[in-house]
Amino acid sequence: MLRDGALAGKWALVTGAARGIGRRIAEVLAARGAGIVVADVMDEAESTAAEIGNEYGVNVLGYKVNVTDGEAVKGLFDELKGKCDGGVDILVNNAGITRDNLLIRMDETDWDAVLGVNLKGAYLCTRQAVRPMIKKRSGRIVNIASIIGMMGNAGQANYAASKGGLIAFSKSVAKEVGPRGVNVNAVAPGYIRTAMTDALSEEVREQMLLLVPVGRFGEVDDVAGAVSFLCGPESSYITGQVIRVCGGMLM
Amino acid sequence: MAVKKEEIQKKVIDIVVERMEVTRDRVTPETRLIEDLGADSLDIAELVMEFEEAFDISIPDDEEGVRSVGDAVDFIVKQLEEAGE
Repeated sequence: MLRDGALAGKWALVTGAARGIGRRIAEVLAARGAGIVVADVMDEAESTAAEIGNEYGVNVLGYKVNVTDGEAVKGLFDELKGKCDGGVDILVNNAGITRDNLLIRMDETDWDAVLGVNLKGAYLCTRQAVRPMIKKRSGRIVNIASIIGMMGNAGQANYAASKGGLIAFSKSVAKEVGPRGVNVNAVAPGYIRTAMTDALSEEVREQMLLLVPVGRFGEVDDVAGAVSFLCGPESSYITGQVIRVCGGMLM
Repeated sequence: MAVKKEEIQKKVIDIVVERMEVTRDRVTPETRLIEDLGADSLDIAELVMEFEEAFDISIPDDEEGVRSVGDAVDFIVKQLEEAGE
């Protein structure tokens, strides 16, 4: 884990950071010196923030917030203007859910829930976060998409649509705010080893891995590393891009 | 309380000078944002954002008729007066 202090003096907000990939992203940014805002719909938002603060010695804030609630999101970012030197410098839209089903069995609530969190949530957070970034003439936004948003997947029409939408959203915003020093990129993970993939049968896992040239599932750190790169000074000339972290599953 | 127009005008010009990176002598009430200062749509959005924050008002997205610095000042004065009533 990079501990170069390159993000010292910056504030990073990660949505869905109470646990899982989001939490690891927050940790990796904290290790580089960024102050961390953990925003999550889960109760653990504050406790996770406190744990990260203890472990990495950075300033932290934790907020329980639903990213699909425009008023709540605005309230959060209004508060952060005072607490984070005018506003956060880095936004990682990581909050996401799945409601998998075949299209013919996918009802409207499954569609709306997934599009709401994964796409509308990113829109609401980005819209608020980008104003102070424009003002500061500096900022990084990273959207956690998925290679499913590029290649599609049976049983995930809603999820694929949300992630594909997130990629198109990233590119459009990148074009809008590029002249103001704000870079916007997406990270598209493939199969990442999580509790969910661990629970699959050996047979199913082997089938899935046949599609992955490097022959293994990705680790949470593989995703967090790509996000770290896109938030650091080393990627200042990269915007509107999709970094695939998928072991070569999609080339 | 009457809104002091001169103060508002000074503040508006300050913001325009800083955001558009022009010298103060180029900005008068008659100065047109797009034609004279070369503002693009993002510049306009940014100026609106700055005015909103500076004067604690809300400027609707479809607000038309604000072309010059003076138009902006008049609009803000009107907004503040309405809010003060």
